[in-house]
Amino acid sequence: MQQSREHTLKAFDEDLDRLRALISQMGGLAEHSIGEAMRCLVQQDVEGAARVLQDDKKLDVLEVETERRAVQLIALRAPMAEDLRDVVAALKISGVVERIGDYAKNIAKRVPMLENAGKIEPLSLLPEMARIATGMVHDVLDAFIERDAEAAFRVCQRDDAVDDFYDSIFRALLTHMMENPQNIGQATHLLFVAKNLERVGDHATNIAEMVYYAATGQHMADRPGKSPK
Amino acid sequence: MNDTATAIRIDTRDAPEGADVATAPGAITIRDLNFHYGSTHALKHVNLTVPANAVTAIIGPSGCGKSTLLRTVNRIFELYPDQHASGEIIIDGRNVLDRSYPLADLRRLVGMVFQKPTPFPSSIRSNVAFALSYYERLSKSEMSDRVEDALRQAALWEEVKDKLNQSALSLSGGQQQRLCIARAIAVRPEILLLDEATSALDPISTARIEELIHELSQRFTIMIVTHNMQQAARVSRRTAFFHLGELIEFGKTSDIFTNPHEQRTKDYITGRYG
Repeated sequence: MQQSREHTLKAFDEDLDRLRALISQMGGLAEHSIGEAMRCLVQQDVEGAARVLQDDKKLDVLEVETERRAVQLIALRAPMAEDLRDVVAALKISGVVERIGDYAKNIAKRVPMLENAGKIEPLSLLPEMARIATGMVHDVLDAFIERDAEAAFRVCQRDDAVDDFYDSIFRALLTHMMENPQNIGQATHLLFVAKNLERVGDHATNIAEMVYYAATGQHMADRPGKSPK
Repeated sequence: MNDTATAIRIDTRDAPEGADVATAPGAITIRDLNFHYGSTHALKHVNLTVPANAVTAIIGPSGCGKSTLLRTVNRIFELYPDQHASGEIIIDGRNVLDRSYPLADLRRLVGMVFQKPTPFPSSIRSNVAFALSYYERLSKSEMSDRVEDALRQAALWEEVKDKLNQSALSLSGGQQQRLCIARAIAVRPEILLLDEATSALDPISTARIEELIHELSQRFTIMIVTHNMQQAARVSRRTAFFHLGELIEFGKTSDIFTNPHEQRTKDYITGRYG
């Protein structure tokens, strides 16, 4: 679903490009924050975790800027058809990416609470789960920039892997809690971390649906062939 | 998806359209219409059904044939030598392109308003009464009623009721255009053709005419030609996109402006044409 060519009015293209660049920038930040929060969690880096909390403010600023630019573009350029769908998608996606940043913040907040706790086995599964979830975010935002509906659809199919991770981490943590009540505090925190990552996957799936509609004008649920869920 | 939509009763605000769209009084069915200006093939095999009691917008770049289409519907082109149309334009079961179809009857059935207001250089009253006295024998009081009725429908009555004998040329551009609409609807046509009827007007006069078009669409079949896509989006229920004499795409206005299917339509409405 490539856009055919440039607008007669070049400044229109520049405005749309700037909006896409903002979404890209937000996605990069959110992805980095999740990765950093997970690194801090594993390495018990309390100072690093504090930086993740600070960085979340940048995402808030970018979200406001995206909204401002999108509203301005609608008012001044009166976008139609695929352009209009793109701008509406950018507006919605920026809100979702900001939420993903909030999950990174929530994970980082738990780092000091887990300081000095002995490492339990499910902790080693979480970084891999985080890699898959942030990979989904990365790829779905690339799909948005490229207007690639099929790539967005493929991202949705990966959400099952994240959900499977969540289920197995949930069972492992439950076992640890039953074996030794002293693990309950740490295991509960890790369960929330796993839940946060599972939500990141869900949000990437939501973005994929927005990208699909922006690129094709059809809803993913009405896609010919089998639905991803 | 559709099940959910039914379950929560989403109001799509589309008036129901039966299968009788093409046969309703005032509907226009165009079949294999071709038009030539001398050797120029200006409309190519156009097939289009314009529904009754709704606004249909015709959009497209200059020279695409949109004004030609309107000029064909009321056969105004016959005033010029070297111009001819073939195919069928069926209104109320009859092909109006047929030479045996009386021109006077067609002009009564189909009213037209142009880009520049074209009031006659006479009083406001006689502008509206002129065609009426040609078609109908009315008493003085009946004539007054019909003039008032037309001016009310054109949302001009309140502004002119105390100066009906003044020259129509003393009115503002927007008022003159509404007077032309009053003049067109005074003879109770079924169809109203508007060719760039607001492009010479300021935004407030334009908004008034657009509101008027919306009101009139409950009683008339309206075809508008406009370069202003926002206007097409605002006032029409259906939109037809023409390019180089061909009908490229025709559909619900809400679909054409959010999700057009043809590449040429996409390029034009998103500003990528040319």
